[in-house]
Amino acid sequence: MKIHEYQAKQLLREAGVAVPAGIMATTPAEAADAFTKLGGPLAVVKAQIHAGGRGKGTIKDNPNQHGVQLVRDSQAAASAAENLLNHKLVTIQTGPSGQTVRRVLVEAGCDIARELYLGIVIDRAAGLPVLMASSAGGMNIEDVAAKTPELIFKENFCPDAGLQSYQVRKLCAKLQISPSPSGGGTKGGGSAEKFMKSLCKLFVALDCSLVEINPLVVTKAGELLALDAKISFDDNALFRHPQLEELRDTSEEDPNELRAGKAGLSYVQLDGNIGCLVNGAGLAMATMDLVKLHGGEPANFLDVGGGANTEQVTEAFRILLSDKNVKAVLVNIFGGIMRCTTIASAIVEAYKTVGFNVPLVVRLEGTEVEQGRKILKESGVDIIAASDLTDAANKVVAATK
Amino acid sequence: MSILINKSTRVVCQGITGKTGEFHSKNCLEYGTKLVAGVTPGKGGQTTLGVPVFDTVHEAVEKEGANAAMIFVPAAFTADAILEAIDAGCNVVVAITEGVPVLDMVRVYDRLKRQGAKETRRQGETPPTESPCLLVSPSPCLALIGPNCPGVITPEECKIGIMPGYIHKKGPVGVMSRSGTLTYEAVWQLSNLGLGQSTCVGLGGDPIVGTSFIDLLKLYQADPETEAILMMGEIGGTAEEEAAAFAREHVTKPIAAFIAGRTAPKGKRMGHAGAIISGGKGTAAEKIAAFEAAGIEVAQSPADMGAAMQRAIKNR
Repeated sequence: MKIHEYQAKQLLREAGVAVPAGIMATTPAEAADAFTKLGGPLAVVKAQIHAGGRGKGTIKDNPNQHGVQLVRDSQAAASAAENLLNHKLVTIQTGPSGQTVRRVLVEAGCDIARELYLGIVIDRAAGLPVLMASSAGGMNIEDVAAKTPELIFKENFCPDAGLQSYQVRKLCAKLQISPSPSGGGTKGGGSAEKFMKSLCKLFVALDCSLVEINPLVVTKAGELLALDAKISFDDNALFRHPQLEELRDTSEEDPNELRAGKAGLSYVQLDGNIGCLVNGAGLAMATMDLVKLHGGEPANFLDVGGGANTEQVTEAFRILLSDKNVKAVLVNIFGGIMRCTTIASAIVEAYKTVGFNVPLVVRLEGTEVEQGRKILKESGVDIIAASDLTDAANKVVAATK
Repeated sequence: MSILINKSTRVVCQGITGKTGEFHSKNCLEYGTKLVAGVTPGKGGQTTLGVPVFDTVHEAVEKEGANAAMIFVPAAFTADAILEAIDAGCNVVVAITEGVPVLDMVRVYDRLKRQGAKETRRQGETPPTESPCLLVSPSPCLALIGPNCPGVITPEECKIGIMPGYIHKKGPVGVMSRSGTLTYEAVWQLSNLGLGQSTCVGLGGDPIVGTSFIDLLKLYQADPETEAILMMGEIGGTAEEEAAAFAREHVTKPIAAFIAGRTAPKGKRMGHAGAIISGGKGTAAEKIAAFEAAGIEVAQSPADMGAAMQRAIKNR
């Protein structure tokens, strides 16, 4: 689960990580008010959407308006908010249609001496969380990793023991910053020691899958400040943190993906025209590959899982068929736990309740396959039966032509 | 022989009285697995499917001689169940449960690393760096398979997991994969081509799982019954690249492979928590290139997995 920057910064503040003073606004008047409260002389108005690349991104029908803007008085704050709110912001991560801005963050400006990078993710190879730091702040960290990997420094830490002081010292030496500025005091939230340790503690305490501070600013006074913040949570651990549910912004999520999630299905929207309904994530990915290999374009990834019942599979059909790009549907089921009879009944049910307006190619194999084929045959539902994977791919691609 | 499990493996099912646990325990028993006990805290003393239920795994080990565990407990309790099975002395622990928080697995993995290192030192060998949980020598070994996996099967001997038993045939191919149904597809293709399997292992689709491809390559290489290896990988992480590098140096048996997710977009999680291309890493193209560089026969289409295995055997 992803959250907004202003929410992430609130969590950081509560965890003792230094962030600039800021106020969230949903109207131009609130933005002007926020500027006054922050007390100037300058502030930044930042569009709040889940996608990154906002600073370089622009408003769709107003290419001069960027997603992040510096303002020097309350009137400018109001007009920046006016230009952003309820407009679509297009960034490298949103796709060409952009994402509607519903909130802005008005944030006090600061004296920037240097820009660095800090991020925490799970290091799969080590089986531990890893704190990554880089002196190339403000840049796309993936580009840094690809072009200048020597500028990225990593420290694994154990979730229970946390990041150790020596690890902070190691990273500070590499980044050429002081672990504890202003004469060695470690009390200030802006000291590297407190900053890094609190960040790692937050990652563990809230079961995060990503915490990223880019840029991390070193102020002229030598303190660290999180100028931007991105936090994602491990969906599997949300049950431990019911308070995080209220941070969820469903307007930022794809409606079909949201709907699938509610039905216990795993769905990812893609750009093609062949709808895929498969059981199991690996087979679902392989099915997408298969479609592409035979000259088609998958419209989605859809894994109905192993234990889906007739209602869930029927809902899966509804979601698939609600995508107007879909010109044909490929059902590929290898029954293990999932019985072919369940799928066959769901196809019949979906035919009755949803109706198929596009050709349906069905490939069934595995548990109760004979009974499943029989159900389909006797129902009179108009399907194109396929005998194996290649046959299914050829038939579904032909059906779109 | 086979790897990990065989007809003398004695299995305890943790979570046997739950709906899923009971259903699959029944299927395992019907397949011929020696399922000797079940564990559900608070339900000790009962009998389910004709096997005794205990409150703890330790009792199941003590009284019924269980040496392998199959876990169906809910995700929130899975880490605890895995640690209990290891502590009780089960050598093979198979965690089927999906949805386990990744930090729970970080803690379990840490424990496995320490246990693996201790056991290995006891045998007078250097602890392996790339495989924390499996011991260097194949027997006895300690292995966690999963979580979020279909399980392990040695055809016609022992099935610990949720795979449909009837598609498997006894034979020379070792099968390993990060995904469930894709493995069934591959096994089905192999069986239809007359190629049986020695042992099939589903590693699991999570970012952190107990056993790696490399761990299994070592076991397959050492197993006289396994003559060839078929592996299915997917986008995300670098496990396939590491396996390819290892195979190049240490595996003499023919290998064929398939990578799922060539068409997956960047930054989107494809069902499995582990299947995501992030930071430009973990793409199918990189993995396929690594396999080809290691002389592994790559199936271009998922319909071609069985045939790719045939080609790899023929070319060797």
